[in-house]
Order: sequence, then C-alpha cells, then structure tokens
Amino acid sequence: MEAWIDIIILFFMAVTVFAIARLRNLLAVVMLGGIYSLLAASIFVVMDAVDVAFTEASVGAGISTILFIGTLALTTRIEKKPAHTPLLPLIVVCITGAVLIFGTLDAAVYGDPQSPAMQDVAPYYLENTKKHTGIPNVVTAVLASYRGYDTLGEVTVIFTAGIGVILLLGSWRRGISASTRRKEEEE
Amino acid sequence: MFAAAAIAIIITMVLALIRGFIGPTLYDRILAVNMFGTQTVLVIAILGFMMGRPDFLDIALVYALINFVGVIALLKYFKYGSLSIGPGEERNTEKSSHMDKS
Repeated sequence: MEAWIDIIILFFMAVTVFAIARLRNLLAVVMLGGIYSLLAASIFVVMDAVDVAFTEASVGAGISTILFIGTLALTTRIEKKPAHTPLLPLIVVCITGAVLIFGTLDAAVYGDPQSPAMQDVAPYYLENTKKHTGIPNVVTAVLASYRGYDTLGEVTVIFTAGIGVILLLGSWRRGISASTRRKEEEE
Repeated sequence: MFAAAAIAIIITMVLALIRGFIGPTLYDRILAVNMFGTQTVLVIAILGFMMGRPDFLDIALVYALINFVGVIALLKYFKYGSLSIGPGEERNTEKSSHMDKS
C-alpha cells in the first residue's frame, strides 16, 4: 500500500511539473508550486522523515508562495513567450536527468541496513551518544553536538542571507518613499 | 478501512489537481490549492494511522495552519494588489493618499 501511495504521489508531482512548465499564467504557476511542495512533503512523511517534510511544507508551500506572490505584486502576472526555441535546454535537461538516474544506480537502496552509512558511523553514534552528550535524541545530538561547528556555520550563512534580504527590501522601501517625497515637493 | 479512505482522498486530490490545471479563473485555482492542502493534511493523518503512528496528527494540524497562511496571503494579494497594504488603506499610487500623509 505504501509503495502505491509513493507511486501515486510521484505521478502527481510529475504531472504538476509538466503543467508548471506549460502554463504562462504566473499566478497559477505559483499556486501549482505550492501544490508541488505539499506533494513533496507527503513523500517525506511516507519516508518517515517528518522533520524534513515539515521544513518542506513551511518553506515551500508557505513562505516561498507568499514571497512569489509579493514578487508578482511588484512585476507582471503573465510570462512572455521565450524568444529562443526550447530545444537546446530540453537536450541539456535530458542529459542531466540521465546522468542523475545513472548516479542513483550506484547509490544505496532506501532503508537498506547493509549500506555503508548504516555500517560505519551509525552504530557508533547510537552506542555513544548518551555517553558523550547526554542527549536522548540521536539526531539532535549529531546536529547540535557532534556537528556543532557545522550547524554554527549554517546558521551564520542563513543570518547573512537574512541581513542581505533586509538591506535589499529596506532600501527598496526607502527608495519608494524618497521618490514620492520628491513628487510632493514638485507639486 | 484506511485503504478505502486513502483511495477516496487520492481521487479527490486528482479532481483538485485537474481544477488547478484547467481552472479558467484564478478563484478556481485558489480553491484547488486550498483543497489540495486540506487533502494533504488528511493523507498525512491517514498515513499516520496506516503506519501505526497516530502522532502524525499533530503534524497534520500544523500543515493546516501553513495552508491557511498561504491562502490568506493569496486572497490579500487579490483584494489589494499588494501584500503590504491592510484593510482601510489605499494603494500608494493614488495622489490623494500622498496629500493626506503629508
């Protein structure tokens, strides 16, 4: 049953992506993007990665939909017809997809207990986490303690990105208000 | 029992997807997205019971909240043409609002 749900959700995702590629109405594309994120989140839930699913739903379906709508409010709603033929991009995408599928042939099977990741470090963490850190949740211990510097770096990157966005949007606001003030002075 | 419910939900998902693809007006599409979010919540709840983990219900509830925020943003955009304007405010492009503010 779970395999069937996987197949059905993946089929929905493929159909959604084709519709996104075909549509020229950007608002509809944004909404279908939200649907795609919800489908991806469902797949993650089926794979028992509830935290990843949660991030996907809140970032993909929630925040980025709102950001895209905010962008559309500043620009236009209809995509222009591309000037070039989409043949070359199609070839590039097909080759990239073929390479990625070729790469999965060598990867470990999903949930395989004999895969190298399961054999090498996972037993070590499972045995020693409680002893080393005293944290009952192994995933949290790996993220916050064993890879603490890595997580700190990630937080720094996200913080820097946030500062950049605030600077960009803040200067945009100031620019608008400055231009309106100039208009008022002229009047 | 759960399988039958899952099949029924998947059929409604297909219907919502079709409405989202062909929907002639944007309101059809908004409804499709909203309904699809609700279907996702239900699928996660059903999956939780099928996999023997009813604690998925909490996650399904949070999905419902996210769905609500997204739809509110969409509707606000349609009503005011911008996300930064609230009720009772005019669009910034009109002259009268500038005069009032100054």
